Amino acid sequence: MKNKFTFLVIIVLVFAMVPLFANGDKENVIKIGFNIPMTGDIPKVGEASKFSAEMMKEDINSAGGLEIGGEKYMLEFIYQDNESKAESAVAVALKLIEQNKVIGIIGPNSSKQAIPGGEVADDNRTPMVSPWSTNPATTLDRPYVFRVAFLDPFQGPVAANFATQQFSAKTAAVMYNLDNDYSKGLAEYFTASFEKLHGKGSVVKYESFGQKDQDFSVQLTKIIAAKPDFVFLPIYYNKVALVLPQASDLGWEGSVLGSDSWGSAELVTLAGDSVKGHYFITHYAAAGAKGSTKVFIDRYNAAYGYIPDDVGALTWDALGVMIEGLRGMKEITGDIAADRTALRDSIKNIKSFAGVTGTMKFDKEGDPIKEAVVVKVSDSGEFVFEKAVAP
Amino acid sequence: MLTTLLQNIINALQWGSFYSMIALGYCLVYGVLRLINFAHGDIFMVAAYIGFVFVGFLLKFISGSGMSGWLVLAITLPVTMFFTSLLGVFIERVAYRPLREKGAHRLYVVITALMVGLVLENGNLAIFGASSRKFPEIIDKVVYTFGGLHITNLKILVIVAAVVTFIFLQTVVNRSKIGMAMRAISYDKFGIPLMGIPVNKVVVFTFIIGSSLAAIAGILFGMSYPVLDPYMGMIIGWKAFIAAVVGGIGDIKGAFLGGFMLGFIEILIVSFFSSNLKDLIAFSILLIILVIKPTGFFGVAKSTKI
Repeated sequence: MKNKFTFLVIIVLVFAMVPLFANGDKENVIKIGFNIPMTGDIPKVGEASKFSAEMMKEDINSAGGLEIGGEKYMLEFIYQDNESKAESAVAVALKLIEQNKVIGIIGPNSSKQAIPGGEVADDNRTPMVSPWSTNPATTLDRPYVFRVAFLDPFQGPVAANFATQQFSAKTAAVMYNLDNDYSKGLAEYFTASFEKLHGKGSVVKYESFGQKDQDFSVQLTKIIAAKPDFVFLPIYYNKVALVLPQASDLGWEGSVLGSDSWGSAELVTLAGDSVKGHYFITHYAAAGAKGSTKVFIDRYNAAYGYIPDDVGALTWDALGVMIEGLRGMKEITGDIAADRTALRDSIKNIKSFAGVTGTMKFDKEGDPIKEAVVVKVSDSGEFVFEKAVAP
Repeated sequence: MLTTLLQNIINALQWGSFYSMIALGYCLVYGVLRLINFAHGDIFMVAAYIGFVFVGFLLKFISGSGMSGWLVLAITLPVTMFFTSLLGVFIERVAYRPLREKGAHRLYVVITALMVGLVLENGNLAIFGASSRKFPEIIDKVVYTFGGLHITNLKILVIVAAVVTFIFLQTVVNRSKIGMAMRAISYDKFGIPLMGIPVNKVVVFTFIIGSSLAAIAGILFGMSYPVLDPYMGMIIGWKAFIAAVVGGIGDIKGAFLGGFMLGFIEILIVSFFSSNLKDLIAFSILLIILVIKPTGFFGVAKSTKI
């Protein structure tokens, strides 16, 4: 009995000492958390984010760390998997904030996770920068949440205008993913702006499907029977790979326009020939890039063996914004709550940030003002620049 | 309008074929063991991956030899069926039989089946990673057009396969000696061993057939919807299970028709109503059917069901 008690006391003491050692070790370390999908529906997105982040960390830490208020700090990144699920994104955000005590969070990437994840970050007064989320709700009325991607209310009109010019389209059909905020929101913005251009009823079919659906033959049969001038598909790349072959099996030979969720390095691997010749809206075009964008692409390609997709580039910029914010801070006090607020203020004060996806400024909601580009999937599977559209 | 309707009937036949083939697997195991094998949808998923690995290997091996796609398919199918059967028998041996021999309540076996399903999903996640995989194109797709109707050779193959597996299963269960043994176990699993029927052998045979069915469905599914992910079997497995119940679980004809019925209900709802309400309306209809006829269309009332 007594022995057991002593043993317990020793165990408790040992554990009590762990934080002491840990603190002693990590005095000049800044922790940034990543709330990204490493498994689930879109794991390539999480992988791209992580790869970009590792490159950035390497750059800064090999140069001796980040200088804030005359002192050098090493960066430590904590990657957490949100499984591409809203509820996991919330849990991950809480864990990063409360357990890992990060100063700021990068991610989540898709709006489905970024909207609830942003709420957690904002409630806990922790700065968050989402690389890829385009739904307005992510940053709306949340002073601690920022992003580096353009918004769906901007992307919707871009799609409508581009299709009107490029395909001389007067009618359109839309098919979107019902249980995804991003897809549903963008479908609505597109429909609103297309009907504004061509009158009510010009979106002849408005169809949806569920997250786990694999067969879209009925929706496509309805769309094809309505003979629209083109189909707008604001859906994720893994669904594109299923929808496009099924559409051509059912006799569709017309134009298709996609949204920025197509822009994954895996799009052509999965969809193969069916996606070639189609257009989508995205954040940057890798083929024909210049300057710092080209340097980034070449380094990424050399390190990981493929051309970075837009998530990779946007994560680079999101981290860039956060690091720019850190540099602008006067000092790291060690009081995590005060440091987080100081970081938020510092990010808000960034006048203009030159990222690899374009130069951006932030408006009062924490949203960037920047250009969108439309790319065409070439026969060799490259995303070739077609047109840039300014806000 | 008529072409659209006919096109949708073709769509429904193809989609229903998958439900049917998976529902048959559920039904067979349930019919013999009174066990709802919730892992069946995931066995189907593993089968698609086995096919994916084997075809990838085969295509590399024979590249340039000009081997016909149909021959590749003819080799892939039995190989995949073989390995999937091994998996099915293995699962039965390590997860279900010990419980059966200890006389555990059927409920525990069902929970075990759910866990086996999760183990398969996450095991797959560990081996292949979370990225979706593209199932290689085995046969050259040909689109036939009649009037405004479009049908591919693959769709015809899927529908034919569903009908053939149904007829095969019906014959085995009703006309063969082992089929008779299967029905006998289903009828009275305590009396049957006394008649000298090797129960475990018959159960193993049941799992071989059930897993082979999943393998056929998995390969054809991979060819039709060529994006594979570790969770692809879950929802379609559940839905096929519901189809089997509505058809009357335990009855082969019921599972077969139930699968097609679910396919038709889903597709016709989308074509006449809104696609937003597909699952809501489809499952409300099935719910009403079950409330009116709890044994399903062809099922026979049993005193103990889970």
